Parts: sequence; C-alpha cells; structure tokens
Amino acid sequence: MNKLSIITKGIIKENPIFVLVLGMCPTLGTTTSAFNGLGMGLATTFVLMLSNLVISLIAGFIPAKVRIPSFIVVIAVFVTVVQLVMQAYVPALYETLGLFIPLIVVNCIVLGRAEAFASKNKPLDSFLDGLGAGIGFTLGLTVLGTVRELLGSGAFFGWKILPGDAMLVFILAPGAFIALGYLMVLFNKIKKA
Amino acid sequence: MEYILIIISAVFVNNIVLNQFLGVCPFLGVSNKISTAVGMGAAVVFVMTLATLITYLIQNYILDPLNIGFMQTVTFILVIASLVQMVEIILKKISPALYQALGIFLPLITTNCAVLGVAIIVVTKEFTFSGTAAMLNLPQALVYTASMALGFGLALVIFAGMREQMDLVGIPKPFRGVPIALITAGILALAFMGFSGIV
Amino acid sequence: MARESNFKNMFLCLLIICFGGSALLGGVYLMTYRPIADAQTAKVNQALAGVLPEFDNIPADEAYRVQVDGRSVTVYPATKSGIFAGAAVEAVTTKGFGGPITLMVGFKADGTIYNTAVISHSETPGLGDKMDPKKSDFSLQFKDKNPETFKLAVKKDGGQVDAITAATISSRAFCDAVSLAYTAFRQAAQKGGDQ
Repeated sequence: MNKLSIITKGIIKENPIFVLVLGMCPTLGTTTSAFNGLGMGLATTFVLMLSNLVISLIAGFIPAKVRIPSFIVVIAVFVTVVQLVMQAYVPALYETLGLFIPLIVVNCIVLGRAEAFASKNKPLDSFLDGLGAGIGFTLGLTVLGTVRELLGSGAFFGWKILPGDAMLVFILAPGAFIALGYLMVLFNKIKKA
Repeated sequence: MEYILIIISAVFVNNIVLNQFLGVCPFLGVSNKISTAVGMGAAVVFVMTLATLITYLIQNYILDPLNIGFMQTVTFILVIASLVQMVEIILKKISPALYQALGIFLPLITTNCAVLGVAIIVVTKEFTFSGTAAMLNLPQALVYTASMALGFGLALVIFAGMREQMDLVGIPKPFRGVPIALITAGILALAFMGFSGIV
Repeated sequence: MARESNFKNMFLCLLIICFGGSALLGGVYLMTYRPIADAQTAKVNQALAGVLPEFDNIPADEAYRVQVDGRSVTVYPATKSGIFAGAAVEAVTTKGFGGPITLMVGFKADGTIYNTAVISHSETPGLGDKMDPKKSDFSLQFKDKNPETFKLAVKKDGGQVDAITAATISSRAFCDAVSLAYTAFRQAAQKGGDQ
C-alpha cells in the first residue's frame, strides 16, 4: 500500500463517521457550529496520529493479554496532553467543547485504528493512517457542523449569511440526529456513484 | 425530595442519549431487540454506578488533595476498563446466556462515552438540586448516576421497540440501517424535549 | 512478535507505560499550568473590564465573598486613584430554565448599573440565550438604571424589565441575578466600599 493511499482511505472509503459509524457521540455533540466541529476534529486527529505512532513503536514489547489496557493508557496520555494544551492556548474553544475533549479517549475510532492498524504496521504507516482517519473524521464533523449552523442559525463559521430566523431545532439535540441521518444517506449515494 | 428531582431530571429532562449525546454508539448498535436492550441497560446501570463510586472517591481523596487533577482522564478510564473486565468474568460465571447475548457489546462498555462521561460530569459540574449551585455529594452523585443509566436503559428499550416495528415496514434502500435509525432517534429526542422545564 | 504473556512481563509492561505516561503528563502540566492560570485570569479581567467604569486597580486581587440570604456572591471592588469607583458582582441564580446562570454586574459608586455580562448559562439557544448581548439587546436595558428606582422584575410580575419574547423564565432568572448582585453591592458598600 503506497503512502498516499493510506491517508486517502481514511477520507472516503473508510470514513470513520459515514462508513464505519464510529465516534458518534462527539459527532452529534460538538457540531453545533462549523468551527466547533473543526476544532474537535483537529484535536482528535492530533491524538490519532500520536497514539498510532507510539503504539506502533511499542507494540512489539506488549504482552498480548495487556494489549487493550496498554493502548488505552497511551491514548489517555495523549488526550490529556491535548486537554492541557487546549486549556492553555485556546480556552474559549476548550470550554465550548467541554466534556467531549476527555471523551476522545473513548472515541472508538482511536482505539479502533490502534487495534486494527497501528499494532500491526510500521510507525510511519501508522502515523499516516491516523492522519487519514483524522482528516476523514474532521471533514465529516466540519460538514455536519456547517449544515447544522447554516440551517440552525443562518451562519457559516460565525458569519450570518441567511436572513431572518433559522430552524432552531438543528442546533438542538434532535436536529443533530436528523441532520446526520440525512447526510449519511447523501454520502452513501455519492459513494455508489 | 431533592432525590426525586435528581431522578426525574436525569431520566427525562437531560436524558443521557437523547439530550447529552453520550452512549450513542451502543444505543444504535444494541437496540435491535428489546431483550438485548434490557440486558445492556442493566449492565450499564451496574457498571456506571460502581465506576462513579470509585472515581468520585479517587477525585476527592487522591486527585484533588494532591493537586494532580490532570491525571483524571487516565485514572478514570483505567478504573472503568478494569471494572468492565471484572464484570465480564463474573457474568460469564453467573449467566452465560446473557454473556452470549451481549457478545461484543460488553467489552464495548469500556469505550461507552456514557460511563466515562457521567463519571466526569459528577465531579465537575455544579448542580442546583439543593437550591443553590453546588457540587454533588456522594449519595447525590450515586443517585444521579443510577438515574442517568436508567435514562439510558429507558431510551434504549423505547428505541428497540420502535426498531422492531420498523423491521416490518418497507424502508427505502438508501435509508436502511443507520440513517433511518438516526432520523428516528432524532424524532424521539424531539419528543423528549417536551420534558424540559419540568424541573 | 509480542512478548510472552506471563505475569512478570504484563506487570512490568503496564508499570513502565503508566510511569512513562505520568512522567510525560507531569512535564506537560508543568509547562501549561502557568498559561492556563493566565487564561483564566484574563477571562475574569476581560469580563470586569466590560462591566466596570474606569478604574486603575486590579479588582480580581481585591475580590471577596459576601453572603446574601445564604447565597454566596463575589465582589470585585474597583478604585481610581484610590477612590472607590464602583464594584462588579458575580452572582449565580439557580432559576434558569436549563440550569444555573452566572452574571457579572458592574455598578458605579452610586449604585447605578454600569453594564452586565453573562459568564455562563445553559439556556435554550435562540430563546433564553438572547440574554447574551451578542444575540439581542435584552441586557442593554439594564444599563444606567438605578435599582432603587428601576424595579428589577419582568413587566408581567409588576416590574419594569422587558422580558425576552417566549423566554420569560430566563428573563426572570436574569432579573433575580441582577437583584442579588445589587443587594450584595449595597451590603458591601455599607461596610465601607472596598474594605
């Protein structure tokens, strides 16, 4: 598998949100605006790349029975790093994303990529795999965030571009489910074409 | 009295799945049949309450006094992972049938955002149940957690019932599976919004 | 390729990973705790600057707590050239629709409201969240009003405050927080300004 295809498979063919249906909680919870979705995606991508890299490096030294707990600790460490760095340098985004930042550690995408790819492949490939899955995840989050922000508050990345009141429900809980459902249908149709 | 407020608020008003978006993965995955939904709900109630008991004590007696709050994520997830491992072993011995039925979903409780999410909420957020905004004490925290888990179970069982009905209806091909489940969940969430403002 | 799963290996592996991880985290924490504290102070100072008239002290350093009817509020006194210029009060109301609402209300020395700021809330977007000055002019009506003459209740309750349309509960909670802040301000002013 050449290096470029490792990255791109995470974007379309094995997109974490639309194809693998993983990481639903942050997808629904942090996409009230395009900016929030983007921020969440970037934070997760950071964790994905580093945890994949480290796990790939140390996988050879881990006894099989403690594989999962070891992976989880590594991931938790990088998630905490992201938490601290965000709290220090982007405090506003940190507060908006709130609970979902520590929840990156239980995002099935991260543990899933570690288990399925990083533990069995070379460090550079694993790093790129994390990057690809991260890009796919971020893309999905940003698209969903854009749709919800546009329909729910008439704005795009904070700039109000649609006049009048919008359909509030899209910023609220039900709208998240419904918007994601329809986006998935769209994605499936595009993928088949 | 405030315990009743806590329970109603956690189960209906701030339902963990339909309002807080925690526990959505198992919600979509296990809700195909009512019987598995009930089993999963019960397992989550047990794991969540026990996990929160331990993490609450760790936060208040180890992390805060030593000022190492940044170790919260790592210690909490380790507690949860070990707890799930233990539950698996116990369940295998006591009820192999339920163990088989839950299949892959039991170890997945570890990565269930709901368990870690509630554990963190309970030691971070201030609540207004007692009239002023304050942190929960241990009994309140446990009641809150158990109620959150009950809310999870309730949403799960209702949703399983809906999905069992949907299996009998013709659904357009692009919508089958996850998309229609999401849209239905959205409508259910819409219904639950009617509870807001009760407490 | 992996090591054998005997007890010694498993224990050692987990121990090393936990220690290594904790060491890394300790290092990152040492690097970030100063910026984190600074970010939090900056946030408070920004809120203070928005609600207080001109001052040249550091109100956050002179902040103290006051008890009003069992509710605790924080008072940030402001002085200019040593003379009491006003105070900002951080008050929490539990009567919000979606949860507690924290406001920062800035008063001039004579008790007139200079400005208000929302520190945190959980109100419904598009309804209660209009209390945020960025979303609507609701909070602007409190500016330059003296609570002695301006009744801090919604018009429905006999007061003079124009509630947010379809968000009466949030509006009432806002008024509750402002009155709590004013009572605290009077109590603090009686004790001699910023002492």
